[in-house]
Amino acid sequence: MKEGIAIVLYIVLAPILGGLLSGVDRKISARMQGRKGPPLLQPFYDLFKLFAKEVVVVNHVQNFLVGGFLIFIVFTGCLFFSGGDLLLVFFALTLAAIFFMMSATSANSPYSSMGSQRELMQMMAYEPMVLLVAIGFYMATGSFAVSDIIQSHTASIVFLPGIFIGFMYILTIKLRKSPFDLSTSHHAHQEMVKGLTTEISGNILALVELSHWYENVFLLGIVGLFFIYAPLWSSLMAVGVCMAAYFVEIFIDMVFPRVKWQFMLKSTWLITLLFGVLNLVILSVIR
Amino acid sequence: MTSISKSPWLLHYDGSSCNGCDIEVLACLTPVYDVERFGIFNTGNPKHADIFLITGGINHQNAPVVKQIYKQMPHPKVVVAVGICACDGGIFKECYNILGGVDTVLPVDIFVPGCAARPEAIIDGVVKAIGLLQAKRDTMKEAAKHDRK
Repeated sequence: MKEGIAIVLYIVLAPILGGLLSGVDRKISARMQGRKGPPLLQPFYDLFKLFAKEVVVVNHVQNFLVGGFLIFIVFTGCLFFSGGDLLLVFFALTLAAIFFMMSATSANSPYSSMGSQRELMQMMAYEPMVLLVAIGFYMATGSFAVSDIIQSHTASIVFLPGIFIGFMYILTIKLRKSPFDLSTSHHAHQEMVKGLTTEISGNILALVELSHWYENVFLLGIVGLFFIYAPLWSSLMAVGVCMAAYFVEIFIDMVFPRVKWQFMLKSTWLITLLFGVLNLVILSVIR
Repeated sequence: MTSISKSPWLLHYDGSSCNGCDIEVLACLTPVYDVERFGIFNTGNPKHADIFLITGGINHQNAPVVKQIYKQMPHPKVVVAVGICACDGGIFKECYNILGGVDTVLPVDIFVPGCAARPEAIIDGVVKAIGLLQAKRDTMKEAAKHDRK
């Protein structure tokens, strides 16, 4: 019953929350550049506009694959917020990412193909860290189930500071923020038109936007999971940390220019080794 | 007012402009004018664009490019010619390689004169384009309703 409520709440509230998050993102970004910025509800206007545009279908397989992306992102979030198994959550997330990558490949346009290749590079960069997050939670709390992790006696961050730093690093890739927005970007002007979403337009692009909102809420959920434990007030702390983490991501987005994929891959794996693996080694010794 | 008038995405194309108008178009995005206040977003992708903003005249080389970009934009769409060169060829009008203004190859909706066009004039033109976008959207909806019957 409780799981059912969590799933319904996620499906209904995540797009609203994700859209607002995106609106706040654009507003804060604009303020950081000394601009006034668009209205807070701008992402919703964009979404509704995209639904109202003419439908230009490049290829029906692409629409199917984007649909798969949306469904599996929602599935990932539902599993997570209903207290499911973290490993299963991350596998579903990877599957969703593969769907999105495939949708760009299917378009047969040089720009979206390049975007999909870069997306594969990004996945190669962040996947090891994502797996370490799941293993870290298991070693810290003795369970992969989110419902058990949030009932533990101490916050997981106490055991997993290195894993948290590593996850924050790959969060920049997952949120598609500069310096790691290689495959597609929310900013105008990039070297390969729009990368992944070049050939996606109208209502299908709206579905991609919607999936990103679901995904962002889920990713911040993972950030929160590091801080939630048995007492109820810890969830307030988790919300605070999520907001701070998102602000840091916006700041990084504004400060750093895009890097080459070689740097992204090397630095991400270095951080994964240095913080993630070392954290796990220390944890296995002291526990 | 529906969402289309609150979220017009621009595509900026430089025909054979001297870059004067291009600089003024980009000036609209800077903190001083900040067109993102109106939800205007400078996209590089014709498939995401609602407003096609062209600076400079049309010559034999870029005529097929401009037509191609226009074809790739999904309806409803509006074409804005910025600067006197885009309006009718300007000082290049008599050149052997120039066809003339943008209206020689595309149906232009809004003309923004000036050499170079001032950012205020460009913003004014784009805001007019937004109104037209809304009108085109309404006729599109009517047509769709008619088709269904």
